[in-house]
Amino acid sequence: MDILSLFVTVPVLTIIALVFTKGLKQARIVSMVGSLIQLGMAINLVFAYFKERAINDSIMVFTKDVVWFEQFNIHYAIGVDGISVALLLLTAIVVLAGVFISWKIADLPKEFFISLLVLSTGVYGFFISIDLFTMFVFYEIAVIPMYLLIGIWGTGPKEYSAMKLTLMLMGASAVLLVGVLGIYFNSNADGGALTFNIIEIAQVNIPFEAQKLFFPLTFIGFAVLGALFPFHTWSPDGHASAPTAVSMLHAGVLMKLGGYGVFRVAMYLLPEGALHWDWFFIILAATGVIYGAFGAIKQKDLKYINAYSSVSHLGMVLFALLMLNKTAWNGAILQSLSHGFMTALFFALIGMIYGRTHTRDITKLGGLLKVIPFISAIYVIAGLASLGLPGFSGFVAEMNIFVGAFQNEELFYRVATIISVSAIVVTAVYILRVVGIMLMGPVKNSEFLNLPKVTWYEKTGILLLLIPIVAMGVAPLWLSNMILASLEPFIQGVL
Amino acid sequence: MNFTYIILIPLIPLAAFLLLGIFNQKIKPAVSGYIGVAGLLTSTLLSFYSAYQYFFVHGKVDGVYQTLVHKTTWMIFTDTLAIDMGVLVDPISIMMLIVVSIISLMVHIYSRGYMKGDEGYTKFFAFLGLFSFSMFGLVLATNLFQIYIFWELVGVSSYLLIGYYYTKNSAVAAAKKAFIVTRFADLGFLIGILIVGYYAGTFDFETLNNPEGSAILNWASTSFMGLSVLTWALILMFIGGAGKSAMFPLHIWLPDAMEGPTPVSALIHAATMVVAGVYLVARLFPMYYFIEDGFALNIVAYVGAFSSLFAAIIAITQTDIKRVLAFSTMSQLGYMMLALGVSGYDGHEGVGYMASMFHLFTHAMFKALLFLGAGSVIHAVHSNYLKDMGGLRKYMPITNATFLIAALAISGVFPLSGFWSKDEILVAAFEHNKLIYGVGVFVAGLTAFYMFRLYFGIFWGKNTQYKHAPHESPLSMTFPLIVLALITIFSGFIHFSEYIAPDRIGFEAHLNIPLAIVATVVGFTGIGLAWIFYKKENDLSVKFANAFGPFYKWASDKFYFDEIYMFVTKKILFNGVAGNIAKFDKKIVDGTMEGIGNKTVVVSEKIKGMQSGKVQDYAFAFIAGVVIIALVFTYLWTS
Repeated sequence: MDILSLFVTVPVLTIIALVFTKGLKQARIVSMVGSLIQLGMAINLVFAYFKERAINDSIMVFTKDVVWFEQFNIHYAIGVDGISVALLLLTAIVVLAGVFISWKIADLPKEFFISLLVLSTGVYGFFISIDLFTMFVFYEIAVIPMYLLIGIWGTGPKEYSAMKLTLMLMGASAVLLVGVLGIYFNSNADGGALTFNIIEIAQVNIPFEAQKLFFPLTFIGFAVLGALFPFHTWSPDGHASAPTAVSMLHAGVLMKLGGYGVFRVAMYLLPEGALHWDWFFIILAATGVIYGAFGAIKQKDLKYINAYSSVSHLGMVLFALLMLNKTAWNGAILQSLSHGFMTALFFALIGMIYGRTHTRDITKLGGLLKVIPFISAIYVIAGLASLGLPGFSGFVAEMNIFVGAFQNEELFYRVATIISVSAIVVTAVYILRVVGIMLMGPVKNSEFLNLPKVTWYEKTGILLLLIPIVAMGVAPLWLSNMILASLEPFIQGVL
Repeated sequence: MNFTYIILIPLIPLAAFLLLGIFNQKIKPAVSGYIGVAGLLTSTLLSFYSAYQYFFVHGKVDGVYQTLVHKTTWMIFTDTLAIDMGVLVDPISIMMLIVVSIISLMVHIYSRGYMKGDEGYTKFFAFLGLFSFSMFGLVLATNLFQIYIFWELVGVSSYLLIGYYYTKNSAVAAAKKAFIVTRFADLGFLIGILIVGYYAGTFDFETLNNPEGSAILNWASTSFMGLSVLTWALILMFIGGAGKSAMFPLHIWLPDAMEGPTPVSALIHAATMVVAGVYLVARLFPMYYFIEDGFALNIVAYVGAFSSLFAAIIAITQTDIKRVLAFSTMSQLGYMMLALGVSGYDGHEGVGYMASMFHLFTHAMFKALLFLGAGSVIHAVHSNYLKDMGGLRKYMPITNATFLIAALAISGVFPLSGFWSKDEILVAAFEHNKLIYGVGVFVAGLTAFYMFRLYFGIFWGKNTQYKHAPHESPLSMTFPLIVLALITIFSGFIHFSEYIAPDRIGFEAHLNIPLAIVATVVGFTGIGLAWIFYKKENDLSVKFANAFGPFYKWASDKFYFDEIYMFVTKKILFNGVAGNIAKFDKKIVDGTMEGIGNKTVVVSEKIKGMQSGKVQDYAFAFIAGVVIIALVFTYLWTS
């Protein structure tokens, strides 16, 4: 078995093993072991990638190609570059942390972990695919378990939220499928055979008219998952109802599929379309950045705050992608990773606070630093990371985005950039508001005086997420170099 | 000339921070105090050693002080733009090392007494370590991005320390306010940096500041709305500096920041962090001076002068002793800014620049002394308000004596340090801008007045009956007072002009006797008025205040700037913008999506006859539909 196929095989094997488990204890141990192996593989892949990169300068390495559906030239084609390697690592860490955070899940533990791992299988498959159709299949595998995970293990109006989320994402998938098929049917524009292979299509000059048509479809299809304004409304309700680990995985990893897809498919395969539609989506993305930040200010539910914050932070990813240069793209990928870790950490912490106080309404909370100091202190750190404090990953990502965006000299870009930059102030407002109301101040409710302490599995989950945030923030160069090297062929495609 | 060991100066406090922060629960308070002090002591010794090496052994080549840089790449943006991390050694960075390390060490020692028995003792020393690390990193920065990084880090240390008493709502609000106001200012700073990066092609101070370099020579090549883009950048960066240095109108956070423990006010909000804005302008001085004939520098001068007057007026009316000192700090920072603003570049022309740095040094010492003295008083009487004090000279002789020395120094009394540095500032202002000179002299008088109002109010004035007789603070607290008082007495005699000048050559500074006499007379007038009003309890001061009518009330309410900001943020941004966005999102954006969903239900009700119940049919219909759509579009657009 090749090094990449293992990424989908191991979760599938774990799922099979899970089927034979009984009770929570067995289920969580099996999931933990499976995810741990996965993380080991992801770390190993980083080293293997560097080794391979030294001797292999093709766009994708560790490639493998098996014909899957000959009639339509669909292949199981896989391969990775620096970007997908980084995202695979992100996924492995978040999944493992998610397992630890769900250590005490009460209802149907076996089924819960199975759904979680199905979701992660889809994500892994998506990141290693270089065949559009295979990619799309994995995409759907990742999205569909969400319905069950929210509908069954969720809280609040969970059926409504699950339905809303699934319908909106499915709607986007339909649009996306049209875009993907549009690309497919134009992949013979240079006289070759129809193909779904991304690397091959990238060599084809798809006619401008087709690019103009299919770029927005592909872009929107993916970007809905990346919470593109105004298609973001599934996200706050969905996150609010989802159980902790699902929110973590969904915001931490699944939403990254959006930005990744936009980059890998829409922009890479339809560069002229991207240039043509650039202005329009910049307006949406920049609006999303500032709109999401302002939207978060007035919310009272911790999960809503984090969901709107995601709209803002992921708006930054889309914004950076549309800036069409290497620095901004590097920033977009870094921001994807950074947001993945940070938002997963936030949701984990929110889950811990909710599990103890049984409320997510910040106006009912207060003085938590006094009663659960560890969780609260980490919340402060996560908040500071989220508002782009140097020393954490968010700063590095945002500065790449801003410097990159500033390379575009036209006034339109300048204005959009300054609007996006000003989000750093609004972000500080909503983060410090929560910190001030919820963590500081006097203890509001005497029932909170005896909250249970943080447990070892919670600590493990937290540290798994916090370490990469700090590592990226303190020593960003190796990661950024890995990504930059992989951006080279893409930037040539666009310019 | 290898100064790489300087990197240890910030790294040691960082190590202390990590040690104390991570093992917070496991370290005994007594031990954590010693760790903090020992770390800072090492950094201080290294700072002195490097100052000796730089100024007296290696620094000067052919009569010019060199800029020495040791750096490594931290982050790469484009082929030309990158963030470096490193240390830049030049006269002002060395001087700042001395200032920061002395004050930080004194505050560490002082806090061992002041914070004794506090629940978060270890955490407090951890935060002090974090702050010292960030501040050292800031002064040693080799480029704009590095200074911005540490700029943000000092900001967050300040946030954590202002909100140190986090169960107190007022402290939480003050911390938040300080962070957000300075963040808003930093937005300007960041955009300024982005502009410089793009148009000058580098973030490096050395390249940017080179008078023969392209940034300075080619400033006119690109303009925006009638000004060079680089002038815009300098103005924007000054906004960042104005935020940190509490210049009008971004000053509103500084008085509230007094909610933090008093040693923190002394360290961060009097002596070190708040001078970062001044330091930034000084750091970029060649750019400010040469680009567009100093257009941006003029703004610095006027903003500085206005802030210094504005704050001095408010300081007279405040009753919380820490707030008097906070406004005094703002006023003195304005002094430093205006000195930079009126400075020239070559030889004796650079007196403003030199005076600004000189005053930064002397002010740091006596203002820290004033704050620590105030802390000693607060520690004794458990109140911040003048009304609860009076006659304390009998109980606290050391605090009294050292406070008096500092008050005399800030009032510009010969031969204390403040006299010398203030004189140089007034000389610079007199030579370049008579209006600003006039403001400077007037502010000097106001300063002497409010300072002695404070001094007499605390140590003389009415004989307050105390429930528990106040007593002098322990040695850990009085020792720093004595050290800082000694520095205040003697540091005026250092010949700053030989070491610090914009052109790095140095010049002979002479005391300008007529100007010194004017300043001294004005200073003594202020002191004399305070003597009449406040030395003994009387109602002259009330009558005097009433003579100003409503103006007194305006000043004591800080000219309502807090209320104006509150209105803008709370009413307009918070409720207006954010509130409406939240509603808009729920009603319009989400409403539309819901509407589509509901319509679908209605439609599906009508066409449900098509439902056969066979999954294969649906799958076929779905795929077929998509393929047809795709084919149609492809046909339409490609043919």
